[in-house]
Amino acid sequence: MNRLDFTATQSVGSALSTNALIKNTYMLLSATLIWSALMAVISMAIAPPPMISLGTSLGAMVILMFVLPRYANSAAGLWVVFGVTGLFGFGLGPTLNYYIALSNGGQIVATAFGGTGIIFLGLSGYALSTKRDFSFMGGFIFAGMMVVMLASLAGLFLDIPGLQLAISAAVILLMSGYILFETSQMVNGAETNYIMATISLYLAILNIFTSLLHLLGALSGED
Amino acid sequence: MDWLKIFSAILIVGWIIFLWPRAKHWLNNSPKAQQGDWMAAILPLAAVVGFVALLIMMV
Repeated sequence: MNRLDFTATQSVGSALSTNALIKNTYMLLSATLIWSALMAVISMAIAPPPMISLGTSLGAMVILMFVLPRYANSAAGLWVVFGVTGLFGFGLGPTLNYYIALSNGGQIVATAFGGTGIIFLGLSGYALSTKRDFSFMGGFIFAGMMVVMLASLAGLFLDIPGLQLAISAAVILLMSGYILFETSQMVNGAETNYIMATISLYLAILNIFTSLLHLLGALSGED
Repeated sequence: MDWLKIFSAILIVGWIIFLWPRAKHWLNNSPKAQQGDWMAAILPLAAVVGFVALLIMMV
């Protein structure tokens, strides 16, 4: 085999593994979103107190921090992903019940749901078709996330008008940028683990949905 | 002090701890943008802003 053949074989192999990664990620993402939605519906029916909702989110975060990294390279990682997304979905129940109770609540939830889907599909399609490397955005996105977290922490204890709306708008922008970033990481071979890619995209979608819900609820004059 | 606020604060601090190593890594190791890179990122993000504004007007 000459060098040209070897290079061609190498790039075909790399393209195949990238395609497999993208296919596996989107299949697992679809399954976790359906599972998460199912858990949210169950949670809406049970209507647990907000404290339980926060508790499940805290539990999901602990699993994400300490359990998922240990199992991300094995089949057991799939169960961990379903555990995390199920807990996040369950934690969404009280929030959805709050918005559904508004006079145009059904429309707000449906618009946030559809809007999130369109944003995700549009940005993923763009990043997949351009194949551009968006990793230059990494520093900007993570610095932005840290600023948003600190602002959220301040917003809990300081009554600053408009801060929550500004945070929601910033989260939608940052998570949109993160979808471009993470998709380009998969396309360009920097992300090779579909379990980690799935959980990253799932968190971006969840954050866009909850922030859009908050923005639509507040700016429709019902929040 | 409201327990809900304390719990929310714990959750946010947890996320900060979770994100900090990745933030540090990307702040130190982000590649420099090439010509046209930022424009390629800003265009879809501007489309998202426009789309969200449209959704707000719809509800």
